[in-house]
Amino acid sequence: MTGFYTLFYKELLRFWKVSFQTVLAPVLTTLLYLLIFSHVLEDHVQAYPGVAYTVFLIPGLVMMAVLQNAFANSSSSLIQSRVTGNIVFVLLSPLSYREIFLAYVLASVARGLVVGMGVYLVTLGFFEVPLRSLPWALLFALLGSALLGALGVIAGIWAEKFDQLAAFQNFIILPLTFLSGVFYSIHSLPPFWQSLSHFNPFFYMIDGFRYGFFGVSDVSPYFSFAIVVTCFLAVSWLTLQMLKTGYKLRH
Amino acid sequence: MTPAIEVKQMHKRFGAVTALEGIDLEINPGEFFALLGPNGAGKTTLIHILAGLTLASSGSAKVMGHDVVTGYREARRLLGVVPQELVFDPFFTVRETLVIQSGYYGLKKNDSWIDEIIHHLDLADKANTNMRALSGGMKRRVLVAQALVHKPPVIVLDEPTAGVDVELRQALWRFIKQLNRDGHTIVLTTHYLDEAEALCNRVAMLKQGKVVALDSTQNLINSISGASVRLRLSPNTLPAVLQPLLTSQADGYYVLTVKEYSEIEGVLAALRRAQVQVLEMQLLQPDLEEVFVKIMGSTESQEAA
Repeated sequence: MTGFYTLFYKELLRFWKVSFQTVLAPVLTTLLYLLIFSHVLEDHVQAYPGVAYTVFLIPGLVMMAVLQNAFANSSSSLIQSRVTGNIVFVLLSPLSYREIFLAYVLASVARGLVVGMGVYLVTLGFFEVPLRSLPWALLFALLGSALLGALGVIAGIWAEKFDQLAAFQNFIILPLTFLSGVFYSIHSLPPFWQSLSHFNPFFYMIDGFRYGFFGVSDVSPYFSFAIVVTCFLAVSWLTLQMLKTGYKLRH
Repeated sequence: MTPAIEVKQMHKRFGAVTALEGIDLEINPGEFFALLGPNGAGKTTLIHILAGLTLASSGSAKVMGHDVVTGYREARRLLGVVPQELVFDPFFTVRETLVIQSGYYGLKKNDSWIDEIIHHLDLADKANTNMRALSGGMKRRVLVAQALVHKPPVIVLDEPTAGVDVELRQALWRFIKQLNRDGHTIVLTTHYLDEAEALCNRVAMLKQGKVVALDSTQNLINSISGASVRLRLSPNTLPAVLQPLLTSQADGYYVLTVKEYSEIEGVLAALRRAQVQVLEMQLLQPDLEEVFVKIMGSTESQEAA
């Protein structure tokens, strides 16, 4: 257990030591989204009846921050360690592939939750955001950040260089988050895009998380939960296989 | 007795390149062992397989009886590796680095041993400095320290003195020699053959993925038959009778090779008869470097044949 705990602690320390960049910067970016989108769209859009657009937007942005930062944490830590070579200290140790997986994923969860919490707390100072069910919100935040943390491990191992990681982030993670209903309810979309959105796992994470706040969602939270858990298990299985076989780590 | 390191029929291919071709090697506990060979001979590949950084194509390797693949957790606990590349984690100080490395090995309260390593490697006044701020030599010391945090019975150093100043080299070898006296098995690779000769009791020479020599350092040196004597003469001419012994001649020095030291008397007598005066005389002992050059050269000519 000490080995796992140490790697987890090291990963926490890694982002905490540069929290200006890893926590404050994403919190600020997310708040800028909120400021601009709410200013432009407040009077034009109403996603749920009786819910102001800005208030509707807040949980979506919080979740987006959670997901993106969870991904950023494990992926950037791994690619840095691999490019600089200090991953060798982990590889030389008797840490098992399961311990390595858990440490990286849980550190990602922690970073995601810290950033998400930061965004949420700041918005609370300006807006009345209901929180109908903390357990649902927390459940989706945990599962979503764990899923993205695991995806980050995959990306961090797969990418050989920083630009490949950036490609993964910009061409996969970013479109899927932006098109997941962070900024809108998918019911406002034309039928084709609406049904396409159902193939985006990020949609279920955002929708389920939002259910925790408003008690209203586009699909049943139980269904979203089932989808997100399935995705998490599938991605985790793949990640564990990569770590077990030493894919791109132990040549 | 369980060997400290046991390698059997180890093969490693990287695509079309064969890095190791059937390596068999046994290193006993308490040995100070040198792994020598030119660049690309497979030394680092072999070390990486022992450390689990590389997976062998076929064959097996064990550290203190534990297979490096099936028993990797135990094997890695028993092994400390100083990697060749100067790698470090820029987020941490020297002490943090060592505490974290201890934790990876499951060690919680390791402070007294960490203090001891820091002291022996002369890192005390840098203990709380960030890794980024250290010079190359200092980073090398931290790498050595990291390999020792879990007091591994088997320590592997991959070119620990490459690009390192004299002071650190001496401090490092003092510490490593003491660890060897305390019972740790030491395996090192180096291009400085005088270091290997002075420190190691046994040597394996690798060439193109094969072991081409494996013996005690003394036996290898003794395998060079004969001795050489270097002379400066006045007048500066070598008597004709001694010409067959001449192996090289440069800057007014003649190097003669004899089968045994007793033949030197004959050389001196011949010079006296020719009324040639000896201005300088130096006996040249065969050394590991000579063995190395001879073995690497002879396998080359075998291959050419």
